[in-house]
Amino acid sequence: METAWIPLGYLVAASLFILGLRDLGKVRTARRGNTLAAVGMFLAIVVTLIDAAAVDYRYILAGLLIGSAVGAVVAVRVPMTSMPEMVGLLNGFGGAASALVAVSILFQEFQKHPSSNSESLASLFGGYQTAVTGELTLIVGAATFSGSYIAYLKLRGTAIERAMRLPGGNYLTLVSLIASLALAGVLTVVPFTDATTTTLFFVLMGISFLLGVAMVMPIGGADMPVVIAFLNSLSGIAGAMAGFVLSNYLLIIAGSLVGASGLILTEIMCKAMNRSTISVFFGRFGGEVSAAAQAGYTNVKEAGPDEVAMLLEDATGVVFVPGYGLAVARAQHITRELADFLQARGTRVQYAIHPVAGRMPGHMNVLLAEADVPYDQLIEMQDINPEFKSFDVAIVLGANDVVNPAALNDKSSPIYGMPILNVHEARTVVVVKRSLSPGFAGIRNALFDNNNTVMCFGDAKQVIADVLKELKA
Amino acid sequence: MISTFVIGLYVFVLAIFIGFEVITKIPPTLHTPLMSGSNAISGITLVGALFCARTGEASVANILGFLAIAFATINVVGGFMVTDRMLRMFKKKR
Repeated sequence: METAWIPLGYLVAASLFILGLRDLGKVRTARRGNTLAAVGMFLAIVVTLIDAAAVDYRYILAGLLIGSAVGAVVAVRVPMTSMPEMVGLLNGFGGAASALVAVSILFQEFQKHPSSNSESLASLFGGYQTAVTGELTLIVGAATFSGSYIAYLKLRGTAIERAMRLPGGNYLTLVSLIASLALAGVLTVVPFTDATTTTLFFVLMGISFLLGVAMVMPIGGADMPVVIAFLNSLSGIAGAMAGFVLSNYLLIIAGSLVGASGLILTEIMCKAMNRSTISVFFGRFGGEVSAAAQAGYTNVKEAGPDEVAMLLEDATGVVFVPGYGLAVARAQHITRELADFLQARGTRVQYAIHPVAGRMPGHMNVLLAEADVPYDQLIEMQDINPEFKSFDVAIVLGANDVVNPAALNDKSSPIYGMPILNVHEARTVVVVKRSLSPGFAGIRNALFDNNNTVMCFGDAKQVIADVLKELKA
Repeated sequence: MISTFVIGLYVFVLAIFIGFEVITKIPPTLHTPLMSGSNAISGITLVGALFCARTGEASVANILGFLAIAFATINVVGGFMVTDRMLRMFKKKR
């Protein structure tokens, strides 16, 4: 009976996770929520250390210390602009851990029986449920790892950023999924020697890696946030499956909590981009583009920083429309300086935030928060869209597809129907951009050709600094 | 008598419902921190990993367990710290 408080400790930890997740959903309580969840995790680890009743803690402590050190260093060093790929990478580590747990459990079971015996996984693991959940831990964990790693590479903007067709296309995903389930089925019921079981287990892991790669590879960089949310959900499921194998309810609760909330987040993000989950995973984004969408520009007007400064001088209302390009140019701080300067002169200043601005929903809010922009100046799409008419100047900083009016009026455009910020309704639109090159969707932006649009070519940080200098002069 | 596995299934299904309910109306401002925070919680697989390195011998099971612990801890520690770093920056007024 002395161990009765162990499950109670797990229960407290599980409750802290639920409360933490709930608080993470509100701006005022979010930080507390994260702390609650972290405390829950710490408690879970302490209780588990006692529950596991290890005879020797050296391996455990080494793992905890090395993991903490690496995690802490990475967390402190990563720049805010790289947050999306960071989440992807961390998620991959979680998936890898689950897969390793599955393999480790297999080897633990080997130690418990005479090595000459041929046994099926069901008899090794003491039941079909344990065998199947163990295999699912491996499959889901390994697929999460490889998928997250590909997503990480794509978000870092390496050569594989664009949607890539693998041989076999979507069939490869389907075939590797079926192959992994079939092999898992065989392993569950057919008795093999330890050596054969080991080999087949690693083959299963290999197929699962392939599954993750096949799933993520054909998806373009623009859709990666959705993919990461989905993989986050998967890594939770892998944890829950491990919980079944170990009969550990905390693992089951926390894993399925994350599994479910990750799915909801996936939904929310798809909605923000006006895409169905199906079309993200089996769609044709970044594929064929209509001729109209690829045609050149005919009506581009250029303006220098001095002209932009003159526009701002006369404006009573200015709205900034930041995109990922702003973050790449590290122009958040100088933009805030310009905004503060204008505000001090009595100009009405707001920021229009598209739900998927940046490379992950909410990413832009984080980047602007880092530059000390108060979050009540950040206006969300549905609130700012009716207001654009009332602004004299809209400054588009490194945003592209999310301000393309083709989404509203060109039925042949691949982004037709995507909700956009109606910046073209402002009296004058200033687009600060290095060149006329297309955004993630790879298409022409009709905004650049509008009569009320002027292009100010250059690096966002430099341009804004020059504009500010002109204004102060 | 209900087996441990079936109780596990009950817990699994009920926790999924809670997961759906807890995350409903999230302001877009918080999507990134929320994803990173729930990602840290998904490092819970660390609990499973701790059961995999219980002895001092250099067996395959132990070494794999050690690796699993290290990976999961990176996920957990990195995830919570990075989320806190993001949330610390959210302020209303200067």
